[in-house]
Amino acid sequence: MSTAPIRTAPESESGKGAASIGKSVTVKGQIFSREDLIVDGEIEGAIELNDHRLTVGPNGRVRAGIKAREIVVLGTIDGNVEALDKIDIRKDAKLVGDIKTARIIIEDGAYFKGSIDIVKNEQPKPAQPRPQAAAATATYAPVPNSAVK
Amino acid sequence: MLRERLRGLIQSGSPGLPAAGEPGIVPAPVRASRPEDFVSRHSNGLDQFFSYIKGESALSILDLAGVNQANVSFITNLGHRIYSEDFLRSLQLADNGDALPRVDTFLSQNLTHADGAFDGVLVWDVLEYLSAPLLAATVERLHRIVKPGSYLLAVFQAHEKAQSVPQYSFRIQDSKTLLVADRGLRKPEQIFNNRSLEKLFQEFESLKFFLARDKLREVIVRR
Repeated sequence: MSTAPIRTAPESESGKGAASIGKSVTVKGQIFSREDLIVDGEIEGAIELNDHRLTVGPNGRVRAGIKAREIVVLGTIDGNVEALDKIDIRKDAKLVGDIKTARIIIEDGAYFKGSIDIVKNEQPKPAQPRPQAAAATATYAPVPNSAVK
Repeated sequence: MLRERLRGLIQSGSPGLPAAGEPGIVPAPVRASRPEDFVSRHSNGLDQFFSYIKGESALSILDLAGVNQANVSFITNLGHRIYSEDFLRSLQLADNGDALPRVDTFLSQNLTHADGAFDGVLVWDVLEYLSAPLLAATVERLHRIVKPGSYLLAVFQAHEKAQSVPQYSFRIQDSKTLLVADRGLRKPEQIFNNRSLEKLFQEFESLKFFLARDKLREVIVRR
């Protein structure tokens, strides 16, 4: 059991594949990961994988707030969840908490209690070239001498 | 002995509503619906419900029959937030086999929302499977958590003498159409007629009934 924040090495250092927390492991605390993470044990605290995928396996039990790019749920989550790209809740999963995500997939049979907010990620538009400013040349056109009667 | 005493506590409740079937607040499990089980049907109630919120955005809609992809997609695509509670399944989960869940205990863990939290509620057929005391408490809770002027859509069987009726799964196909799947026969805790429904929702402002050929009574209730 660990109470200190757990930080996983970036994918380039640790090689291919995801980090994993086995089903006999219990972690209480914060987890920050710079690679995909598979959880089959018990987590209590907070999990943050901003650019990566979190998979809560069928034996996984997470009582934590979660923030990740993508979340796949086959086990149990009790906590609020933010998936920047997508959350996928499978049929035997159980999720209690509020969800904020761009996309959601829910299989029939999944148990969910909470709110769902869809937040579309707007891709930043490429900068458009500014139109050339018109040359500021002042011209003076004499006003026709309209006859005033 | 304890189970019987608790059963007696739970059964004592609101008068005037006829009970059908066996007592108790724990509903029998029903089979899961497969995609091929769903049949499309026009829904006047659904049409009314969504016409009342047409043009609005960022509303909070409560769905009491559990989460499904169709309902989540439809409501969130309208720009609203959906809150999902699988009320009947939560009842099943609350039954630990040793003692029946008390109404007050159950409602301390379910439908726990602030007053006026929701702009609309999709009740579907959930209320048919609640015993009288839980039914009364649930309707009272719904009255509190829905904003004044908002609407609830509930569905009831129109078979007033049936001992067992189909329990349905409802999926929204569009604002006027439901996909409905029969999940198997089940004894309803209550059999309702228009008069008993008026009494059930007497604290609400108004009711509108729609009776369809498939013997489902859709009710739009205005808070």
